[in-house]
Amino acid sequence: MGRYILRRLISAVPVLLGITVIVFLIMAMIPGDPAAAILGSYATPDNVARLNRELGLEGPLWQRYLLWLWHLLHGDLGRSYALNRPVLDEVLERFSATLVLAGASFILCAVFGILAGVVSAARQYGFADKAITFVVLIGISVPAFFLGMMMILLFAVDLRWLPVSGMYAIYGGGDLMDLLRHLIMPATALAAVATGVIARLTRGAMLEVLRQDYIRTARAKGVHERRVIWGHALRAAMVSVIPVLGIQAGFVLSGAVYIETVFQWPGIGRMLVDAILKRDIVLVQGGVVFVAACYVLFNIAVDVAQSLLDPRIKT
Amino acid sequence: MSSPILTRRAFGRLSASLLATTALSPAIAWAETPPGVLVVGQVAEPQSLDPAADTAVNDFRILVNLYEGLVRYKHGTLEVEPALAESWTISEDGTEYTFKLRSGVKFHDGTPFDADAVKFNFDRMLVDTHPYHDTGPFPLSFFFSAVTETTVVDPQTVHFKLNAPYAPFLSNLAYPTGLLVSPTAVAKDGKDFGRNPVGTGPFKFKSWKSNESVIIERNDAYWGDKAATQAVIFRPITDANTRVAEMLAGGIDLMVEVPPTSLAQFTPPQFDVVEQAGPHLWFLILDCKEGPFADKRVRQAANFAINKEAICNDVLEGTAVVAAGPTPPAFAWAYDKSLQPYPYDPDKARALLKEAGQEAPEITFYVTQGGSGMLDPVAMGTAIQADLAAVGFKVKIETFEWNTFLGKVNPGLEGKADMAEMAWMTNDPDTLPYLALRTAAWPDKGGFNSGYYSNPEVDKLLDAARTSTDQAERATLYKQMQQIVHDDAPWVFVANWKQNAVTNDKVSNFSLEPSFFLQLQGVVKS
Repeated sequence: MGRYILRRLISAVPVLLGITVIVFLIMAMIPGDPAAAILGSYATPDNVARLNRELGLEGPLWQRYLLWLWHLLHGDLGRSYALNRPVLDEVLERFSATLVLAGASFILCAVFGILAGVVSAARQYGFADKAITFVVLIGISVPAFFLGMMMILLFAVDLRWLPVSGMYAIYGGGDLMDLLRHLIMPATALAAVATGVIARLTRGAMLEVLRQDYIRTARAKGVHERRVIWGHALRAAMVSVIPVLGIQAGFVLSGAVYIETVFQWPGIGRMLVDAILKRDIVLVQGGVVFVAACYVLFNIAVDVAQSLLDPRIKT
Repeated sequence: MSSPILTRRAFGRLSASLLATTALSPAIAWAETPPGVLVVGQVAEPQSLDPAADTAVNDFRILVNLYEGLVRYKHGTLEVEPALAESWTISEDGTEYTFKLRSGVKFHDGTPFDADAVKFNFDRMLVDTHPYHDTGPFPLSFFFSAVTETTVVDPQTVHFKLNAPYAPFLSNLAYPTGLLVSPTAVAKDGKDFGRNPVGTGPFKFKSWKSNESVIIERNDAYWGDKAATQAVIFRPITDANTRVAEMLAGGIDLMVEVPPTSLAQFTPPQFDVVEQAGPHLWFLILDCKEGPFADKRVRQAANFAINKEAICNDVLEGTAVVAAGPTPPAFAWAYDKSLQPYPYDPDKARALLKEAGQEAPEITFYVTQGGSGMLDPVAMGTAIQADLAAVGFKVKIETFEWNTFLGKVNPGLEGKADMAEMAWMTNDPDTLPYLALRTAAWPDKGGFNSGYYSNPEVDKLLDAARTSTDQAERATLYKQMQQIVHDDAPWVFVANWKQNAVTNDKVSNFSLEPSFFLQLQGVVKS
């Protein structure tokens, strides 16, 4: 197992290197440069050239890339010019906010998705199945940002049960309760689609397993139905559900971009959008590489979990 | 198959615990802002709170409460009055400025404000060898590029030498780039000064949490009238709908840049909408060098053909007024009040096109998706296209994201497009025409005259206005320039934006400034 993990980690290196090249090239190719974005109306060619020089954006592309990579390997992600602070500080701070949101969202969608899938498989074509399918389809079809806006209007503006936006109350707050209050709406809105997908998939996987002979045998032996479903069937079905959980985790992370904007969550998704609009190249590069590295690691973790669950998967 | 998957009791327990976490205490503490603390909804996270490094109005709204300059704009106008300088003299030839400084003023960190501090500020921006020049970059330092030397005459007197007479110097000093920072604090924090700002203003900095809040507190040692609130919290809320929702829910007391379509939701007595026209112009650049618009009659036809009233009232919901010429009326002293906007007259437009022998000119029109001061560029562009089509123009729209758009428009329209949207907000009547209408400001010469307008008479007037230090004389020159440019029609003059803000019923004594800055010193929050 140790060697398997090591092998997977080594194979991630070229992936990450490839990502740095792609990000660097994309940022170099999109029109408009950072100096012009900073200067706005005052972007005369003279001013742009002077500012680019001060920002260290001169010289051939490959040279700048190698220099950047060199600093990266030394743990220096550079300094954001739009935010005027070290990229690493900003990325870590923002990524932890995203982790809280995406983590909560992931737990919501995994728990409720699997629960809904199991219930509707066990009650195939019954009322619970139909009701769950109906709700799940709505969850999948409504865009997350729209759901978010509607939740804000209902729960924050009309009912005033929950705060509209932000992560903590700016005065008096700061404790766990305060965080939860701010977290409920964005985490739910973000989880909606993934919950639907997981529920549909769990239902399918469960139905397949429930038709297997050993389930019939278990029932014939008089095993309690609850144990058949949650014990025997779900464990087998999880093998096909877990990789999807991994994919959905990525989906939740990328979906955070919209939700963070709607709910003004101080996360990394919104940071990247702002950075791209401001052509803050260093921040975009640092942020994307960081997120990509996390995503790659997470997928390795999922694969490992899967091989632990199903001994047939070769390590 | 009849035994339940999830027992009813288990389901009950689950829903009860869910309810407990969602329906928390009904007290709505977080939707109420405390008395004496004003919460402002901003449109974005600030870049920095170092005035020498900032370029965005969004940041200026915070800066003007923390810092002061030698001079400032008089309340409700764009005219300059004393601030940290008590008085000044200008030499005959307009190249030497001597400022007498206010005494007894201290920065928030206790550093005395004196001539050395002033010199430190300007040298830091302008002198490459200054020990703290590397705390930049200073994108707008060219506002003071005319300054060749700053000299300390005595602790209360500072002297600037310019390389040529430059009339906008005073109003540039009133701009946020001219706000003065504490030398000790710059020495202490270096590049991180922008996150630990220290000035002399009515408020002092307390904290900055990335993407959550910037908090400033009353400066009890302020030399002038003390601030009427105990603290101000600036919250960045980038999404306009979320900002509106926060305002409606009571999470913020004041919001700026209310989307036109949301204005109707804010009605008295609970809310108060404040408006103020600013030094803003939204216009269309026309390619005067080649293509249909090389003919003045076609340019005038475009001015007659576009229904600007409809754009201001319907597309922008009354948040802008029709522009008459190249100078916004907010520059009251330099604005020619006799100038009338081109009326909406499609018949006149058709007649002019016929006279020019171009009854169906084909044009390419650059539109942006959004950008600083651009208002609602796509909807406006579409309305303009329809108006032009109605008199015979065949208009092809090409739309770009803002930075891409600037990358296409700023180098000049030649060979790419005939017309492009543009908007400017400036602090002196000199800036826009000087940078965008002179022959010497064609893109290849480093200016913004992307439509290649050239009129020697206008060049002469603008050069003269820049070197004169007499405001009355400058006013006359600008008024002549406006008449000529209005007739030459190198642009279609479309709209002057009115900045707006909404306050709730706990806020009083608030008004907007034509400079678009947010002076919060006198605002009361109950």
